Amino acid sequence: MSAAIRVASFLGLMLFSMQSWAEYQLDLRPGVTSFSQGAYGIHTLVMWICVVIGIIVFGAMIYSIIMHRKSRGAEAAKFDDNLTVEIVWTVVPFIILGFMAVPATKVLLAMEDVSNSDMSIKVTAYQWKWHYDYNVGENAQDISFFSNLSTPVEEIQNKATKNTNYLLEVDNKVVIPVNKKVRLLFTANDVIHAWWVPAFGVKKDAIPGYINESWVKTDKVGIYRGQCAELCGTNHGFMPIVVEVKSEADYAAWVDGQKQQAVAAAESSSKTWTKDELMDHGKAVYATNCVACHQAGGEGIPNVFPGLKGSAIAIGDVGKHIDVVVNGVSGTAMQAFGAQLNDADLAALVTYERNAWGNDTGDVVQPAAIKAAR
Amino acid sequence: MSAVIEEHHDDHHDHKPTGIGRWLFSTNHKDIGTMYLWFSFTMLFVGGALALVIRAELFEPGLQFVEPEFFNQLTTLHGLIMVFGVIMPAFVGLANWMVPMMIGAPDMALPRMNNWSFWLLPGAFGLLISSLIMSLMGMGSAPNFGWTFYAPLSTTYGPDSTDFFIFSVHMMGISSIMGAINIIATIINMRAPGMTYMKMPIFVWTWFITAYLLIAVMPVLAGVVTMMLTDRNFGTSFFSAAGGGDPVLFQHVFWFFGHPEVYIMILPSFGIISQIVPTFSRKKIFGYSSMVYATSSIAFLSFIVWAHHMFTTGMPVQAELFFMYATMLIAVPTGVKVFNWVSTMWKGSLTFETPMLFAIAFIFLFTIGGFTGLMLSIVPADFQYHDTYFVVAHFHYVLVTGALYGIFAAVYFWIPKWTGNMYDEGLGKLHFWVSTISVNVLFFPMHFVGLAGMPRRIPDYNMQFAEFNAIASVGAFVFGFAQLILLYNVIKTIRGKNTVKATDQVWEGAEGLEWTLPSPAPFHSFTTPPTVK
Repeated sequence: MSAAIRVASFLGLMLFSMQSWAEYQLDLRPGVTSFSQGAYGIHTLVMWICVVIGIIVFGAMIYSIIMHRKSRGAEAAKFDDNLTVEIVWTVVPFIILGFMAVPATKVLLAMEDVSNSDMSIKVTAYQWKWHYDYNVGENAQDISFFSNLSTPVEEIQNKATKNTNYLLEVDNKVVIPVNKKVRLLFTANDVIHAWWVPAFGVKKDAIPGYINESWVKTDKVGIYRGQCAELCGTNHGFMPIVVEVKSEADYAAWVDGQKQQAVAAAESSSKTWTKDELMDHGKAVYATNCVACHQAGGEGIPNVFPGLKGSAIAIGDVGKHIDVVVNGVSGTAMQAFGAQLNDADLAALVTYERNAWGNDTGDVVQPAAIKAAR
Repeated sequence: MSAVIEEHHDDHHDHKPTGIGRWLFSTNHKDIGTMYLWFSFTMLFVGGALALVIRAELFEPGLQFVEPEFFNQLTTLHGLIMVFGVIMPAFVGLANWMVPMMIGAPDMALPRMNNWSFWLLPGAFGLLISSLIMSLMGMGSAPNFGWTFYAPLSTTYGPDSTDFFIFSVHMMGISSIMGAINIIATIINMRAPGMTYMKMPIFVWTWFITAYLLIAVMPVLAGVVTMMLTDRNFGTSFFSAAGGGDPVLFQHVFWFFGHPEVYIMILPSFGIISQIVPTFSRKKIFGYSSMVYATSSIAFLSFIVWAHHMFTTGMPVQAELFFMYATMLIAVPTGVKVFNWVSTMWKGSLTFETPMLFAIAFIFLFTIGGFTGLMLSIVPADFQYHDTYFVVAHFHYVLVTGALYGIFAAVYFWIPKWTGNMYDEGLGKLHFWVSTISVNVLFFPMHFVGLAGMPRRIPDYNMQFAEFNAIASVGAFVFGFAQLILLYNVIKTIRGKNTVKATDQVWEGAEGLEWTLPSPAPFHSFTTPPTVK
């Protein structure tokens, strides 16, 4: 009922103090790129033109409603046409539209110019996460990773207090350097998604079979948040975008860190793990990649996503289980995770699924088994 | 041919068939109109109930009532039911009732087809809604891809019930096309002597143009769902990139239907407002011929603006510019219509019965929806608005306080002619004020959350959007339950107990052939054609 109290206090504030408006976002924000500021400028211009036209038209109506009412003894006039007036109110709007179209065209042409970029990132949308690949175009770096929602399920289910960035937080932020023109290439693996960060003014559809492009260049270091903007299935509301703009030095340090992590990950895939290690790591991998469909208790969603608890695949033949996880099931929402996770992650995941929720097969799957199955 | 005329002659004198057969086999424009209107009213409560579940879930952050998967089914069915089950059938119902009476005809030109075009609808919606019932019973998911059913979410990734949805849309399309053919045939062939095209009431004009739009675009919709059907079941790849197809093609074909569809859902309301405003201003409509030309211009422009729904799909910049300029142009004829309505009121002798109240609210609130529409046409700004609650606010202003308010106004305006009884004016005014206040509490805050960055079609959101969502939900429940006042008032008027008998003219300022008929209008409207001077 806290929401009811919030609403009541909000309505109260609204009535008694105009200052309260400052606390609530009523308008577009200008953002931090020339794009978003251009969009904000044209938005503000058109909105105020509409407000002025609205005041004139509604003013005339209200005047008429008050002054020309029968109860005041108003007699109806006889006119029902006036060519001059008709021409004026057809031509004048044309001219006003011209005043909107010129700046809108200028802003748009600047936005669509993706030439002379300093670096590129390929953004691939999946149900329901984003993949970022820095290994394209100019200044390519051998970095790529998935970015998943990191808000705990307990917060979504109202079992824990929601944090400030509720639903707008991810495990791996996409990082870009400040003052560099970063070209973004968008595509999708399954259905259409849309990458939107309001502060950048960038919203572009990620479409399977297409590569769309846009760009970001900002002089403000910081963290910027957005969401998928095109309905993409069950968890459309749960695939946020978080971009961190870093100074040049910090960005270089981040690139080095990413490369070291890649080396560590490669090592972890060649060692032999204990069952406990696999179960711990597998639980984390499951929570990031699988829980949206198969659910925390492995029960799935009846008739939509199959459960894993006691399922024929999770307690049957290990080879079949690995095959489903690695190669996916075509024609269904089950993706080929072999392309998304490394051998250690997959081994831990399969081990976890075969031993969690009463699936007590006792099977331990090592990274080597995954490597062999690929 | 003469045998048909003989047979028809027999039931000239109000020999109404009785029992269920009167409705099942009806070829009477009034009975069929009544069935359309009751069907639409029923669907309004079904679609409205779905909307209230959506607003309950969105009352505060977190998941409370429904799972995300079911939430998507709710938004999809809400949109489909409101568009195809409420607005369109209500307009066809009004056309059935009013067009023959307004042009001095005895009935519609094609009465048997009229029967069939209505009776397809319960089948179509039975099929569609059965998917939601099966979903509630745990037998698979209902359509969950939004009313715009973009591929490949609706093809490769669509639930099994998508095929139900496809056949349902096919039936709705056939129904609409037959309704449109009937209206065109009636208007062209059955006008009273002397009623030239430029003497037709504006409502008849707007429906005439709407009917052509329907015939032009419903087959496109049928085409796109048929392509989906073969993609899903017969191995084609129209919309699958993996098979050499193109997911964006889907959007082009869909919106080539979808944008004219938007005008199909508003032009008849323009016509209704153009009948009501002169009546209660006691003054002729200002600029009759410019109204007709403006409506025709809007209809023409509706065919060349479809891709403004797709600015973020990565079109070439030249295409973005073309669709931006073409879309902005729609503001001109739409503006002409609004200016004409205001000029009709100007120096009139105004009274404010319920139909006039709804008509005035229509002009105010539809114009707000028009302003946001103009804002949405500006491509750079659209990148920020697209697929946010700003768009949700925009199209609910034009469809609820536009199209639906036009229908409400029409019901109050013409129900005395339909039933012979005046509706309860006090309840009508109560319905108006409760609806108009709550509908703004419901939809105006959606502009704010949209601009602040809340995407549409999400079941859960960050706390920064909480206050305005809670306010919108409160407005939604008040608005939803306020419609029970209308239901009560309509039933009371039909039953005719404690109501005032309507005169033939009903309204002091009413002009037109329908007001020369007795109230209630006879079963067969004009058995001998009146002469129009």
